[in-house]
Amino acid sequence: MTLTAPVNKIIPFSNVDGPSNRTAIFFQGCPFNCLFCHNPETINMCVNCGVCVRNCPVQALSFDESKKVVWDKQKCVQCDTCIKVCPHTSSPKITWMSVPDVMKEIHRTLPYIAGITTSGGECTQQNEFLIELFTEVQKLGKTCLIDSNGSFDFEADPRVLKVCDGVMLDMKAYPEEWHRHLIGHDREIVLKNLHYLLEHGKLYEVRTIIFPGRDEENEAAVRYVSEVIRDRCFYKIIRYRPFGVREKYLPELGEFTTDEAYALKYVELAKSLGAEKAYII
Amino acid sequence: MSEALNIIKDETLTYNQELIALARLGESTDDTIVYSDEYYAAKAKGALCDLNEGRMPYRPRYICPDYELLFQKGCEFLELEPPKDLLEAVNVLEIFYRHVPSITTFPVYLGSLDTLLEPFVIKEDRAYAKKVLGLFLKQIDKTLTDSFVHANIGPEDSVTGRLLLELTEEMQLAIPNITLKYDPVKTSDDFAMACVKCMLRTAKPSFANHRMFVSEWGERYAIASCYNGLNIGGGGFTLPRMRLYECSLDAKSIDDFFENELPKYIDLQLEYMDKRVKFIVEESTFFKHNFLATEGFVKQENFTGMFGVVGLAECCNNLLGIKDNKKGFGLNEEATSLGIRIMDAIEKRVAEHEAPYCDAYGHRYRLHAQVGIDTDGMDDAPGTRIPIGAEPTILEQLEVNEKFHKYFPTGTGDIFKFEETYLKTPEAILPIIKGSLANGLRYFSGYLENNDVVRVTGYLVKKSEIEKLNKRQQSLNNVTVFGKGAQDGGHALDRRVQKQDDINRSCK
Ligand code: SF4
Ligand code: SF4
Repeated sequence: MTLTAPVNKIIPFSNVDGPSNRTAIFFQGCPFNCLFCHNPETINMCVNCGVCVRNCPVQALSFDESKKVVWDKQKCVQCDTCIKVCPHTSSPKITWMSVPDVMKEIHRTLPYIAGITTSGGECTQQNEFLIELFTEVQKLGKTCLIDSNGSFDFEADPRVLKVCDGVMLDMKAYPEEWHRHLIGHDREIVLKNLHYLLEHGKLYEVRTIIFPGRDEENEAAVRYVSEVIRDRCFYKIIRYRPFGVREKYLPELGEFTTDEAYALKYVELAKSLGAEKAYII
Repeated sequence: MSEALNIIKDETLTYNQELIALARLGESTDDTIVYSDEYYAAKAKGALCDLNEGRMPYRPRYICPDYELLFQKGCEFLELEPPKDLLEAVNVLEIFYRHVPSITTFPVYLGSLDTLLEPFVIKEDRAYAKKVLGLFLKQIDKTLTDSFVHANIGPEDSVTGRLLLELTEEMQLAIPNITLKYDPVKTSDDFAMACVKCMLRTAKPSFANHRMFVSEWGERYAIASCYNGLNIGGGGFTLPRMRLYECSLDAKSIDDFFENELPKYIDLQLEYMDKRVKFIVEESTFFKHNFLATEGFVKQENFTGMFGVVGLAECCNNLLGIKDNKKGFGLNEEATSLGIRIMDAIEKRVAEHEAPYCDAYGHRYRLHAQVGIDTDGMDDAPGTRIPIGAEPTILEQLEVNEKFHKYFPTGTGDIFKFEETYLKTPEAILPIIKGSLANGLRYFSGYLENNDVVRVTGYLVKKSEIEKLNKRQQSLNNVTVFGKGAQDGGHALDRRVQKQDDINRSCK
């Protein structure tokens, strides 16, 4: 059987998923459940309950013979009703693609890009797929980066890192309780990956989100990461933004984007702790 | 009221614009050049357009003087000596520009400013050179008040090139238009990046495919007016255009279009060009008496006629009965292939035509993808572009352009929008430019789009989210807490409106 993976979206040109111009591939499905997730519809796999099929205003969704929901990209008007009504934080708008399918898209963008970045959801859930894909892309002289939440044990399956040029790792929170609350998962595996990737020269960048008014939590994360990475990789300080965040979590997390001046203090803090390649976006 | 009185009483016109309009009116009283009835009928239908060139051409439309020659031997007619230092050099240029005619009355080509001025600039202290160049640019902006005034830089890096970029950013002047002649070997990444950064802040320079232009024109080519490739020491006699959408309206079928309508209009436009070119060379005094010609700053044999087209997209969509541009040319294989077939046919027929004069080009005219004028409305997209509103991705836009740019040695181009995050990641733009030029794109213009929603990292922005956000953003703009942010946003917006003047490069 051909290996396939659920692709939520391919962005041909991205300037925000790693250095230079890259093709970014977003996979469906994520083992974490971050409260602030900007794309909660990428978290779970569709269970074919059919709620969205009944609600689509243009009949772009239907069941196939095996009772699976299929999406007609041509008919779809991108109203996102399906995403809103889905009771399972999922999306019917995914395409199961094989490695050759994805390569076909990459061949179009190849003249203009430095490489590709796989993201999600959580792309490392598709580790077998990534290994095949990266092997093909590297043959073409382009780089392959992984954007990961750190849930995948890179040490346990070293094949992935062999064909991957670097990982951009989210270190979204540090204090144990806060991590469990915010991410819905323990922090251990993320911390382990942080060290492992750094030691193996595969940590391209770490990202931490700065929440409005969360002085203690913000500082703990920035301190920890900075002291570990020093100047050995980039450190992207991201301002929390409310875009796409589920309504029910907005009161707790904030309705507004973190103030730039406030977030800049943490860039300064990171730099003062030796993380010289800290920057804000 | 007479037409002259209308012009004189029009409060929207500056003195200079009145002068030009009155001159054109005077021209139109003569009917020495007579065209065929078929030509006039085609013009009345809107299938052919003369871009208001006037009935009596008394100079070529575009003139690209040889400024190197000016610096070598000076100019007798203007009593100018070859310059010995930077001050003299810019002074000589400023005086000379004033005497270079064109369709707009302003010079459409200012020269390769970096190579011209570099020998003088490097002899001066950098700060002093910058001051002089700043005043030079200001002089141009305030006296050559037309955005088709065009300067070239590159392909090599230079102190002068860098200073011009710095000044362009600092002074935020609308004029002149600037093009970098980009060559993958001769242009360093560092210099190209400096140009990209400048482009994000000022919508210039644009990037010209140096290798492509050199292969067609030789090393001595100019980028003039909006994006026109022409010979240095030469220029363009005339530029009429076929409005392809209108040309397709009477076609009974696609075959009929190729067999009857298209050749008919091509021949009529060629008739128009032949008559004008002959008149300019044989009747008007320009090549006989104007000092530019008599002193050798331009040579008649280096001029060619520019055969313009617009509205290829709408033409294809009409012929295929496609109503929705989003499903048409550029986004639909069948329509795009038809476009290629049409361009092949135009190219072939124009190449078969023996043009008067145009000696340097084997007596042939050269194609031009005309950029459109304000009165075109929505019927004809510029040249071979995908119509506005069809919103292709940059990738699709590039792929389509790369198929069509090869047809147009006398110029074509497209404008690419980049969202605000690119200010922080300009290095992501250079591979796009390099890749596209290597793939056959002729001319790349970019600008920064002021977009409220930007994708920050690793997540997707949904269309519905953008709409929601736009609504929220609007209401927030009135909240005092966000006063500063909103104000900043507002200014940014003002600036962009200004900028749109120079990116909206309609050829007048
Ligand atoms: S986004 Fe597309 S598939 Fe989903 S409800 Fe709207 S039209 Fe239907
Ligand atoms: S996308 Fe959601 S609503 Fe639609 S069938 Fe799947 S689980 Fe049900």
